[in-house]
Amino acid sequence: MILTKESVNKIREKLQQYPKPKSAILPALTVAYRQAGYVDEGIYKEISKIINVTTVEIAEAATFYTLFAKEPRGKYLIQVCHNISCALLGADSLIGYLQEKLNIKIGETTEDKMFTLVTVECLGSCSTAPVMQINQDYYERLTKEKVDQVLEDLRSKA
Amino acid sequence: MFYSPVRTNAAEVAKSDKLHLFRYVEDPEQVKIEKFEEHGGYVAWKKVLTEMEPVQVIDEVKNSGLRGRGGAGFPAGLKWSFVPKDSPKPRYLCCNADESEPGTCKDRVLMERDPHAVIEGMAIASYAIGCHQMFIYIRGEFAHCADRMEKAAKEAYEHGHLGKNIYGSGFNLDMVIHTGGGAYICGEETALLNSLEGERGMSRIRPPFPAVEGLYACPTIVNNVETLASVPHVINHGADWYKSLGTEKSSGSKIFSLSGHVKRPGNYEVELGFPLKKLIYDEDYGGGILGDKKLKGVIPGGSSTPFLTPDMIDINLDYESLVEGGSMLGSGAVIVFHEDTCIVWIIKRLTHFYRHESCGKCTPCREGTAWLEKLINRIEDGQGKPGDVEKVEEICGNILGHTVCPLGDAAVMPILSTLKLWRDEWQYHIDYGKCMVKTDFEFK
Repeated sequence: MILTKESVNKIREKLQQYPKPKSAILPALTVAYRQAGYVDEGIYKEISKIINVTTVEIAEAATFYTLFAKEPRGKYLIQVCHNISCALLGADSLIGYLQEKLNIKIGETTEDKMFTLVTVECLGSCSTAPVMQINQDYYERLTKEKVDQVLEDLRSKA
Repeated sequence: MFYSPVRTNAAEVAKSDKLHLFRYVEDPEQVKIEKFEEHGGYVAWKKVLTEMEPVQVIDEVKNSGLRGRGGAGFPAGLKWSFVPKDSPKPRYLCCNADESEPGTCKDRVLMERDPHAVIEGMAIASYAIGCHQMFIYIRGEFAHCADRMEKAAKEAYEHGHLGKNIYGSGFNLDMVIHTGGGAYICGEETALLNSLEGERGMSRIRPPFPAVEGLYACPTIVNNVETLASVPHVINHGADWYKSLGTEKSSGSKIFSLSGHVKRPGNYEVELGFPLKKLIYDEDYGGGILGDKKLKGVIPGGSSTPFLTPDMIDINLDYESLVEGGSMLGSGAVIVFHEDTCIVWIIKRLTHFYRHESCGKCTPCREGTAWLEKLINRIEDGQGKPGDVEKVEEICGNILGHTVCPLGDAAVMPILSTLKLWRDEWQYHIDYGKCMVKTDFEFK
């Protein structure tokens, strides 16, 4: 079992809100992803038992949505927006800076499993570009100084 | 408590007797129900439940001229009236909070800073259409918005604005906060409904329209966050008041998300019909172009809308004027770029996005966006061959109007507009194997 008792209870709670159990697939995946940092076949099976929807139906949904990583990532997933508003304010240069600073390429994880760096489409934070999201949190109006500070804070917190 | 540092014109709105959506968004206490109530919150909801018939609510919103703020601009009251009166099935309301159109970041501000206003609007719409269970579909990345909405909904139950027998009227209403999985397509209403049902977010063929057969094949209304947040103001001040704002056909106020190469990017609530030039250049709004460079172009309504050149921006921000001026109001996301920007580079960015977000259901969009991305990358890299620009145009023509949902059109409309407006720049890439303008934006 990967899902904790707390996660199972959260999924059960969600399930009760919907007229049909299939609607609980995305909320269940969200709970699982937030706990484990990824979702996979094993997790689909566990969810299947809780919400009584077939594993294949859960896999069908999970594989459509980009938010649910299918394999473990670093402790902190850095998602940098590279869509138009951010790109106009230097998203490419921000991505380059992060790659250099973390010594990894896009899609890679640092050796200490602390950071994974990915690029994402518009995060809906265009008037405060450039922006990145680390796990659930947004970091907006980024500057080199701010990025340095954020990474340092996360490292010292870990 | 997470709070985006985005700039708003709340101070100006507070002084105005017309603008209303942003009145309290700079008050950090506004997220709490006590403050919201103190500011006149839930008064409209109470009035509707205790004094009005559902049909009166629909008529009021119809007469106000309020139109959808998510992009399509369809009259809200008219949409509500399409729900069949005699259907024995349950009816559903879904608030579309899957804000993902590049350039758009206004619904997030409303959810983050005035969540009860969204709930109140949803409740009024639910009553109008006879819905007893309403949903808000929030994009997965906005985890903090979902938390804020959860908290607000809990407070609304505790204060008797949601739940059973609200205000003793006998009307029951429940609210579900649902989060998505990171897919732009789910902002399209039928894809949103599929996603809410636990399916892959693929759009449905219409008819039947959601108002007749939507969520779980029941009558369903899908409205954007900003549209619903406008509804309590229509009820409080009346349809005539709302109609007096904006222009004759585009009534009310609207939030514009200003981004890109401007000095003061931000979210600004203005009356519809506001001059685009003023939004970009006025000191109280955009403040002019970054580094005092020359303006090259504007995308006026989110990345799916046709571009404008500087000689086209003497235009007012309302539904009709923008169509007349060759574009669309869309979601109200104004993206500005200056002279140092390569037009093919912008299109390369956007085409990558649409290819990535195409749900794959219909061939012209699935295959077409992939072909476009390949070709456009080649052109931008200086590897384009004679005839490539014409090929891009041909593929666009084969997508436009030939897809199940508007994503295909959204992908090609910006491309076609740049082929018309900056044709020489496209051709330059083929003739000289490089960009006419070197694009290199440094992050500081």
